[in-house]
Amino acid sequence: MLQTIFEILSEYRTEYISGLITTLKVSFISLIASLALGTMLAIFCISPFRILVIIGRCYVEFIRNTPLLIQVFFFFFGLPSLGIQIGAFTAGTLGLTVYTAAFISEAIRAGIHSISKGQMEAARASGLTYIQAMRYVILPQAFRIVIPPLGNQFINLVKNSSILGVIAGMDLMYHADIVASNTLNVFDTYILVGFFYLTITVPLSILVNWLERRLKHA
Amino acid sequence: MDFAGAYSWPNLRYLLEGFLVTLEVAALAILLSFVIAIIVAIIRYTKIPVLSQLLFVWVEMIRNLPLLLIIFFVYFALRDVGIKLGVFSAAVVGLTIFESAMISEVVRSGLMSVDKGQIEAARASGLTYGQALRYIILPQALRRMIPPIVSQFISLLKDTSLAIIIALPELMHNGQVIYNTNYSYVIPILLLIALLYFVVNFSLSLIARRLEHSR
Repeated sequence: MLQTIFEILSEYRTEYISGLITTLKVSFISLIASLALGTMLAIFCISPFRILVIIGRCYVEFIRNTPLLIQVFFFFFGLPSLGIQIGAFTAGTLGLTVYTAAFISEAIRAGIHSISKGQMEAARASGLTYIQAMRYVILPQAFRIVIPPLGNQFINLVKNSSILGVIAGMDLMYHADIVASNTLNVFDTYILVGFFYLTITVPLSILVNWLERRLKHA
Repeated sequence: MDFAGAYSWPNLRYLLEGFLVTLEVAALAILLSFVIAIIVAIIRYTKIPVLSQLLFVWVEMIRNLPLLLIIFFVYFALRDVGIKLGVFSAAVVGLTIFESAMISEVVRSGLMSVDKGQIEAARASGLTYGQALRYIILPQALRRMIPPIVSQFISLLKDTSLAIIIALPELMHNGQVIYNTNYSYVIPILLLIALLYFVVNFSLSLIARRLEHSR
């Protein structure tokens, strides 16, 4: 078995590597985009404006309680049905971003809540505006607390990006499909796929655990 | 967008059939993975040699793999080595493998959150280790774990949609069959499916919140 795995790896390494690169690319773009969207939503949720709070809460609750596959399908099948053409890569990235932003928003909100209310009051009392207090006092501290849960979200993002395989998005899962149809050896082909995912997610998990322990003692 | 056409009676009935399959798969997988998770967590908590190290490697490996890959593997790859499962069993097995690993971590951290002194006190008052675990530690740990476990159940229910890759006739799959017949049905059908998932999951999360506050 080990021998066939190595044979598959040496023969199809370009397939695997290009799949791996797409997986990383999708995960990374979605991470940056969902960080931006998630932060904005978190600020909405804790803002003093009722309408923003309602928008933020509705978004988070609706997205968190529906499958990622729906969001991806909405972009991949839904938009073209309205006449808006969109590729699998873009649809996958958008779906992953919309989904992950809801979870990131919750993580950031929890981080902001963990900073004591007194700090905001003190910052306001010393003459900062609400936005300045957020920007210079609350958010920098919150981000430190939020780093481990954000790391976990990134791991989830890498795993969830496999959903591109369902819409032919050229990621690891998709390329594995091509390899398997050539080798006719599904078992060993997908053992290798698992191995490739683990090379990304295991180091990330170790890093997140280490950060968690460090920040707990800090 | 053709809402009236999409929501015709035969279509709705077909979606409902899919939804029942989704709920069946989810319920079975929740039950199985909860039982397995408790066993795994107790083995790791009591540090049974060799077994607990093996389970550590297993849990970390499974947690770091995409569920989609696991479901695919259980259905297609196991066929290569002579284990032929139907789509329904493959979906349940795949989900159980993944979620039992996830839930075992929740249970384990729940067990560890109960003060070690309690086990010592229970042992000192004459209970065996097994009794102390069964009557003192586990009930307390389980109560603390309710919110994270419910949120894991919500994930599981959402994740059943991934069984679309092995063509299990669940909600997402049946929806796709419907809108493949007519492109103007895509958005109405996806909206309805999202709503169905939302109603079930949101109610679950409200119950979890209620339980959390009632303590």
